[in-house]
Amino acid sequence: MSVGIGLLTDVLLSGTVLMLGLWVILTADRLRAAIGFLIYGLLVALVWVRLGAPDVALTEAAIGGGMIGLLVLGASTRLPPEPPRSPGAPARPRRWILHVIAAALSATVALGLALVVLGLPEPAPSLAAAVAAELPATALENPVTGVLMAFRAVDTLFETVVLVLALIAFWSLIPDAGWSRRPDWLPLPHPPPALVLLARILLPIGVLVALHLFWIGASLPGGKFQAGALLAALWALVMVAGLARPIAATERLVRVLAVLGPLVFFVIGLGGLWLAGDFLAYPEGLEKPLIIIIEVVLMLSVAVMLGLILAGLPSADTAVRAPKARPGTEGQP
Amino acid sequence: MSALANLFTVILVSLGLLFFLAGLVGLLRFPDPLSRLHALTKADVLGLGLVVIGLLPQVAWPFAALKLVALWVLVVIGGSIAGQLVAAIELGAADASADGNVDGKADRNRHGPEEDAP
Repeated sequence: MSVGIGLLTDVLLSGTVLMLGLWVILTADRLRAAIGFLIYGLLVALVWVRLGAPDVALTEAAIGGGMIGLLVLGASTRLPPEPPRSPGAPARPRRWILHVIAAALSATVALGLALVVLGLPEPAPSLAAAVAAELPATALENPVTGVLMAFRAVDTLFETVVLVLALIAFWSLIPDAGWSRRPDWLPLPHPPPALVLLARILLPIGVLVALHLFWIGASLPGGKFQAGALLAALWALVMVAGLARPIAATERLVRVLAVLGPLVFFVIGLGGLWLAGDFLAYPEGLEKPLIIIIEVVLMLSVAVMLGLILAGLPSADTAVRAPKARPGTEGQP
Repeated sequence: MSALANLFTVILVSLGLLFFLAGLVGLLRFPDPLSRLHALTKADVLGLGLVVIGLLPQVAWPFAALKLVALWVLVVIGGSIAGQLVAAIELGAADASADGNVDGKADRNRHGPEEDAP
């Protein structure tokens, strides 16, 4: 009975995910496609829950669906409106070729993945037993956090470095004239009172939930990335509602916070070389406090970097933003 | 006792799902956005509320139960405010109602943004 219901849920869920994915690709309207992508992220998170991977589900919901969905949504509203069909007629054949190539490449990837997964021996090779055996040495209870912070810490370190590089690449798109100006994509000129109320209510609750997610990461699904993404989303909401102004790229504080996480992680890793005999090895007895320090600064860095990317870029034209010229200099620490 | 709790859960969750079904039918069948919103908010508030109440006997008291209730409260807040925003856009009243107090808010925003940064 329960197996039947589980199978029914899985079939419905995977069918919906496939159809929604197809719809997002085929729909002509950008805004609808972006909203569909947001929902797609939530459904994929549910798929991960059904697969018994709540850590991945949380990350997918927060980053894969939420964060990327917001960026896609922002991009879709900022692109110039699509030209009507008729004058675009000569350009269409080339687009069709691109579509066919993209479809062929995607199908190849999907087929290759399917072959690899279906070709795995039964039972699939796994390091889960080794992780479970060594987990007590990390003083953590959540095996996923153990893998992220101890056994494969070097991966986590470079993931956060990639985020710094992404922020630098994003900032390199700022027009020269707008360098010290605040980003102006998010704030609404006249935020509706209901939205301001929502931001006021959700901010304290959201911060509490983020800290909870962060803290239970040691023993249950959760952790710094999910908490950081949640904090960034709250920051974006507060900026949209006009309760906080976006921060210019020249602010020293956000720059320091952005690199602090990877830097502290790297320094502690180097310390391991000297104190524990290997890069990113934690000295005996100090595992837990060191991991907590790393996770706190990484959470702050992730939140700041994602928030800065969500805030968008300052515009270049001084005419529109004349009253706000050079507001970035007033708050210099 | 356990059978009674299960019966309670089945009845209330089914009732809640009925509201979701009604909300879905309304979303698909009602002619204009405001009516559709009206149908959707019933699913949010009543449907999810009944599902949550129905699940209460099945979870550990107090923390898991309070979490469920907190989820419902958050969905009600988020859903009703999102409905409000959609309705305001639909009525074209977003600007008109915001114009009245936008100046006071803009002034309050002048002092530093750093304190709100996570």
